[in-house]
This record gives sequence, C-alpha cells and structure tokens, in this order.
Amino acid sequence: MIELKHIYYTIKDGDKEKTILEDINCIFDDDCVTAITGQNGSGKSTLTKLIMGIINPTSGKIYFNNIDITDKSVDERAKMGLTYAFQQPITFRGITIKELIDIASNEDNSIPKACEYLSKVGICAKDYINREFDKTLSGGEQKRIELALTLAKCGKCIIFDEPEAGIDLWSFERLNNIFEKGICYIVVSHQTRLLERADKILVLDKGKIKNYGISAEVIKHLSSYQCKRVSED
Amino acid sequence: MKLDKISKNLLEKIANLHDIPDGAVSFRKNGKGEIVRSTPNIEIVRKEDGSGIDIFVHSSCQHEACHIPVVVSENGFFDTVYNDFYIEDGADVIIVAGCGVHSNTEAGHNGIHTFHIGKNAVVTYLENHLALGSGQNKMLNPVTEIKLGQGSKMTMETNQLGGVDYSDRVTRACLLEDSTLTVHEKILTSRFNVAKTNFKVNLKGKNSKCNIVSRSVARDESEQIFKSDLQGKNLCFGHVECDGIVLDKAKIDSVPKVSAHSNQASLSHEAAIGKIASEQIVKLMTLGLSEKEAEEKIIEGFLK
Repeated sequence: MIELKHIYYTIKDGDKEKTILEDINCIFDDDCVTAITGQNGSGKSTLTKLIMGIINPTSGKIYFNNIDITDKSVDERAKMGLTYAFQQPITFRGITIKELIDIASNEDNSIPKACEYLSKVGICAKDYINREFDKTLSGGEQKRIELALTLAKCGKCIIFDEPEAGIDLWSFERLNNIFEKGICYIVVSHQTRLLERADKILVLDKGKIKNYGISAEVIKHLSSYQCKRVSED
Repeated sequence: MKLDKISKNLLEKIANLHDIPDGAVSFRKNGKGEIVRSTPNIEIVRKEDGSGIDIFVHSSCQHEACHIPVVVSENGFFDTVYNDFYIEDGADVIIVAGCGVHSNTEAGHNGIHTFHIGKNAVVTYLENHLALGSGQNKMLNPVTEIKLGQGSKMTMETNQLGGVDYSDRVTRACLLEDSTLTVHEKILTSRFNVAKTNFKVNLKGKNSKCNIVSRSVARDESEQIFKSDLQGKNLCFGHVECDGIVLDKAKIDSVPKVSAHSNQASLSHEAAIGKIASEQIVKLMTLGLSEKEAEEKIIEGFLK
C-alpha cells in the first residue's frame, strides 16, 4: 500500500516557482489496479516518479506499507518491493535482456526460467534472451521487454507509466492479463480499456486531485478526450 | 616451464591463459625469451640480437593460434621488443599477443609489431594490456604496422584493461586491393592515467575497407586522446567510430581526420562522448542496483 500525505512538487520556472503537484493526499491499495489519468501536463508521470523516488517532493510524505520512504533512494525503494516501467524504455549498450532479467529478479536465472518472463509478454523468448537491450529493438519490443522486467522484479508495488504506448492491440490484451492478485498496481493511462480494467481511477487536473474512486463511477465523469481506445488497426 | 605467481596472474588476465599453451608460442619475460616453440605451420625464430622474434605463418596454417604474451615484472625494467610477422598467401591465423606489467616502481614495455600479410589471408590479432602493482609510472607503448595484401582480412582487437599510467599506441596500416581491416579498441583509464591512440590508415587499394570502433571510459582525472587519420585514394570505404564515457574530472579528446582524394572514396567519422545517461542509472536502480553498481554495470556493458 502506498500512501501520499500533503505532497507538493514545485520547480523553478525562471524567477518564479511553478507548482506541478499541489497537496496530493491519497492511498493506493494492495490487490488493486489504480489508474492515474488526466490531461497532458496534469502531473501524472511526476506523481509516479515521486512514488518511485526518481524525483523528490518539495514537501509531504510518502509511505509504503506504513513505512516512511520519502527520503529513501530509488534502489532502496526497489529493494523494498517497488518497481517502475518507463513510458519510453531505457536501452543499454552491451547489456543483454537475460542480464537485465537476472538483475531484476536478483538471481542467476536458468535460460528457460528467464524465457518465461518474456513469453508472458508475448515475445518468442529464444530469439531475444541473449540480445542486447539496445536501440536495434523496435519500440514495441522494447516496451514488452520493459514489462517483462517488472514481472521478473516480482514487486509488491508496480508502477507503469503509459504501458500501452507503442504496443499493438494484441500485446495490449496481454498487458491486461499480467495483473496479479495481491499487488498494488499504479498505472498512468489515457486508454479506456485500461481505465475500465482498473479497480480505481485517480483523475489529476493541473496538479490537483480532481476525482478519485471506483472506476465505474469515475469513468462516467471523464470527458472523451481524457480517455481513448487503442486503435483496432 | 613453471610460471611464477605474478606471471600466471598476468597471463590469465591478458591472454586468458592458465599455463603456457600448446602450439606455437613465444613467452617473453623481463626482456628475455623464456620459451619459443614453433609448429609445422607457424615458425617462430628469435632475432639474433635478442630484440624480438620473426613469425612465419605458412599458407598451410588454417585457423591455428599463436600466443606471444609478454610479462614485465621486474621493478624499473623497460622492455622494447620488435616482432615481425610474415603471413603467407591464404593463411588463416589467430595471434594472441598482449603485455602485462607488474611493478612497484616505474616499468614498461614497447612492443613494435610489423605485419607483412600476403594475399587472401585472414589474420585475427588480439592484444590486451594491463598494469598492476603500486608503481606510478607504468608505461605501455604498442606500435602496430600493417601491410595488408590483396583480398586479405585483418581483425584487430586491442584492449587496455586498466592500471596503465601512460600509453601511446600507434597503428599504421596500408590496405591493398579488396582488403579489409577491422579494429575494435577498448580503453579504460583512471587516476591520472594518460592514454593516446593514433590510427593512420591508407586505403590504397581499390575496394579496400576499414572500420575502426573505439570505446573508452575515462575516470577520475585521467586523459585520453584519440586521433584517427583515414586516407582514401580510390574506390574505398572507411569509417571511424569513437564512443567515450567521461566520469569525474576526466577528459577525452577525439581528433578525426579524413582525407578523400578520390570522388569514389567514402570516409566517415563519428564520435559520441559524454557522461553516463542518468536515466540508464535510474533504470537499473529501479531494478535494485545501487547507483555505484548501476554505473559499473553500464561501463561493463559499454566495454563488452
């Protein structure tokens, strides 16, 4: 469970201070998929980066299973069970997909075991396991592998920043199936399919919580431009 | 021959050898040829003045290895060796060279290697350099001269694995018709190390090709200077790629020169030098590595 208390995040904008997030108070439950949605610039990605520790709040507290993690580093949070899938996957030179899976799972996996994680996201594992996770992979391949790494991490709280971006419909269906019981999922998304799949939805507007509740209720109040369907193409 | 502990350690690191290998071998230690062994296909002859060896690789040599490592383990010793390789037409040979220095004072090695490569030969040349010990002026200055015959291919992998206070590596090559030279260089420097690299390649023959890829990591206050000079006078292709990671207060200079003296010469140079991308470190941290571990992993991959 993640709890945010009075979270503010401001940045310098010339001589002035610009508020990106303002007094965010909410709880992301275990065994629950919570979607964060809102218009571009509403602070969705910023909020998830704060939870992972990639950036630090200007003020406020972040709790993970009732432990104050506000001052903990990214790797300390990762070791506690948080993990994060980036909107744009980060690639590397000379580091293979198998090595990344081993790092994520903190063990030297057998090839078949490492391949299982890739198979879950619809990748023909044997073709990829010893490939470098570099820019020669297509955007869709990178995205699927990014998702596989979060599975290998076996986190207690998994954050996805727009996981549907750059993947095809078939992969999108798989994405829907990777949610497991008992985990706290936080998903930044605009996609109706994902919002419908979510148990709860948090709507951000100009850095503030506009709405937060059961998805079926919240979704009724979302305007069409705030959610869109994955192309059938 | 029984290897002492220092030699064994250095040989493992520079040539992945756990003992003196079978086959063609020359092992030089502190300026003396400790062992020289030929095979029917690879003949190794000591120069009369003791300054090095001549290596004759016959056409009958097909994918056979020749090991010629050098160890300098005597404090204050500077060794200069001249090795000449004569590769006959059609030969296919793997040459594992390299030098390890272990010294608690200044010490060094200058290896001057000259390749005379005939037609349609295939040469794989692996060269690792490493320095250990507490000495502050450990130097390695390899010079490689290559004459690459018609239709021949040479692949050169050269790695400076660390600990070398000063190195000045010079590679000069002349490529004849249809020949190909491929070079992969990796250099790691730290503390106040200085590493200079200078490639000069003359793409003399029609349809000759050269591809040089240099990857370097400079840490602390170390300095690296990478110079390349490609000359194309014909229908030819040449490419130089210099990628570097700069950490701490280190410096890397890349100085390219490409000279196309024919409208059919295609020569290019690209360089990308900078710090480790912070998002790469963050990504590995989200998987559980500390910042330091993430940095090491990225460098390891970069130099792989």
